[in-house]
Amino acid sequence: MAVHGSTVTSLPHTSTPDKVNPPPPPERRIRSRSDRMNARRARTGWLFIAPFGVVFVAFLLAPLAYALYLSLFTKGLATGTRFSGLENYLHAFSDPQFLKGVWFVVRFSLVLIPVQMAVSLAAALVLDHLTTRLARFSRLMIFLPYAVPAVIGALMWGFLYSPTFGPLEQLFSLFHASAPFLLSQDNVFYGLLNVVTWQWAGYYMIIIYAALQGIDPTLYEAAKIDGASERQVAFRIKIPLVSSALVLILIFALIGTLQFFSEPQILGPVANGSITPDFTPNIYAFNLAFGYAQFNYASAISFSLGIVVFIAVYIFMFATRKKGSNLS
Amino acid sequence: MSALTTNLPAATRLSRPRRRNVVAHVFLGVLVLYFLAPIWWLFVASTKDAQGLFAGSSGAMWFDKNFNLIANIQDLFAYNGGEYVQWLGNSLLYAVSGGLGATAISVLAGYGFAKYKFRGRNLTFALLIGAVMVPMTALVIPTFILMSNLKLTDTVWAVILPSLLSPFGVYLMRVYTAEAVPDELLDAARVDGAGELRTFFQVSLPLLRPALVTVLLLSVVGTWNNYFLPLAMLSTERLYPLTVGIGLWEQLASSNNGGGHSLWSLIVVGSFISIIPLVVAFLTLQKYWQGGLSLGSLK
Repeated sequence: MAVHGSTVTSLPHTSTPDKVNPPPPPERRIRSRSDRMNARRARTGWLFIAPFGVVFVAFLLAPLAYALYLSLFTKGLATGTRFSGLENYLHAFSDPQFLKGVWFVVRFSLVLIPVQMAVSLAAALVLDHLTTRLARFSRLMIFLPYAVPAVIGALMWGFLYSPTFGPLEQLFSLFHASAPFLLSQDNVFYGLLNVVTWQWAGYYMIIIYAALQGIDPTLYEAAKIDGASERQVAFRIKIPLVSSALVLILIFALIGTLQFFSEPQILGPVANGSITPDFTPNIYAFNLAFGYAQFNYASAISFSLGIVVFIAVYIFMFATRKKGSNLS
Repeated sequence: MSALTTNLPAATRLSRPRRRNVVAHVFLGVLVLYFLAPIWWLFVASTKDAQGLFAGSSGAMWFDKNFNLIANIQDLFAYNGGEYVQWLGNSLLYAVSGGLGATAISVLAGYGFAKYKFRGRNLTFALLIGAVMVPMTALVIPTFILMSNLKLTDTVWAVILPSLLSPFGVYLMRVYTAEAVPDELLDAARVDGAGELRTFFQVSLPLLRPALVTVLLLSVVGTWNNYFLPLAMLSTERLYPLTVGIGLWEQLASSNNGGGHSLWSLIVVGSFISIIPLVVAFLTLQKYWQGGLSLGSLK
């Protein structure tokens, strides 16, 4: 929880002053009245939060607690359900299928996130620099894939990758070569990388772009007077000033990628077996639960995935916080 | 490169920004081509008949000699008792009710966190920030087991109720409320005798409109595009949203090699129709979301 506290302070809203405490009132009578008012107001505050509280408990805390509970039991064919302590977790963290999936999503995020960031940051910097009509049009078009469901995005790319009738094949055949099948065992990593980058880079670009637009333009004039080149303005002023947007995007991308599910699940049937039922931890948990009815073990996998994500984000936030304080 | 150009005569230096702009525009052009290509393909492919889709006369990226879009749409809406139309309606139901509900809940909670002081506020908010980091799909299987104990799986509620949870929406609303609604304004309204609820609805809510639209858009898109949750929760095909329905068709088509050609063209035209509502929404609501999406990283 300590880290949550520190993230809160790093985020902007804490800069808003809390309600200033009124000076101590001179008379007792008045103070007791304002105490009553404060108590009533505190109750109102809770009432505003109550609907969210109910949803939060019902669909976040309860499932988490229940998953933890279920994961401590094992259902055997002959023995029935019995308490097994941490056995499922020991099993999970030595299960080559689960570990393979975790390794895949970790490797995938390590490549995907820098690529995505580079594309979206470059596009945002260019768009921030240009004010032409073409630039405005491009901004909208690059963002458009965000409005396309992941399922449809994956399907479209599956068609485009197709070795029999996809455009890649037609393009390569002009040079009498045959296109690589991007969903084959060796290429599926890159095939998926492309799908996810296509889907999300525009959304990230818009976030960075909006942050760039919020920078005070007098800073650029001052830099120009000091003889800074445009490249220097971009690297020394713009990028550091949008770093909080970049951190936000990194966290989103990390959480999103580690729970990778829809795209590989959809591309599975057209990938000729290179996307296996244990391809990512989420696909593995899904197949355990709905294919083999191993709900206890699936709960342990889900819970472990949650822990892995939480720890990864925690490490990441710690790392970026340190860097931030060095800069300032 | 910049070191070189600083020594060049003034005339060449003047043309530098222009040349740079050309490079920038080419870069943008390449990006636009890349991001639009699949959507263009989808449009072109949905105008082809089943044969043209696989062996078209002019390649994958251009129209076939037969323009078959209308016939494809008719086939799509008629197939298997009109299940596509049903799925479209379901997607709409889930996205609108889940989105509106999540937004209403987020606004109330964000306002409560931003404008009221009470014991346990900081602790609950820290818990909320922690929740933003919990991967939502890790909750799907436990929620499924929990709801199946309550006999709620395979109903619309199994999709709508979990969609109401939006910790990030609450976080956004809190950040925005803290900045957009001054305490002095609330105090003035209270002095004038307005109750807390009336202050919220008549004074604060109008000020929160930009954030409101953003959170609504984000949660509608999130629910409309969701695949894992409805896939796990629903087993009756009539209750499927579009994403799960099209996924089902894809599985049927690819397990039925050769005979599945007509289903593939339904999948293509169905995918095309399914992206129209959100694409239109984003294009027409531009001025609302363009600023709003950056709210999370406000300075």
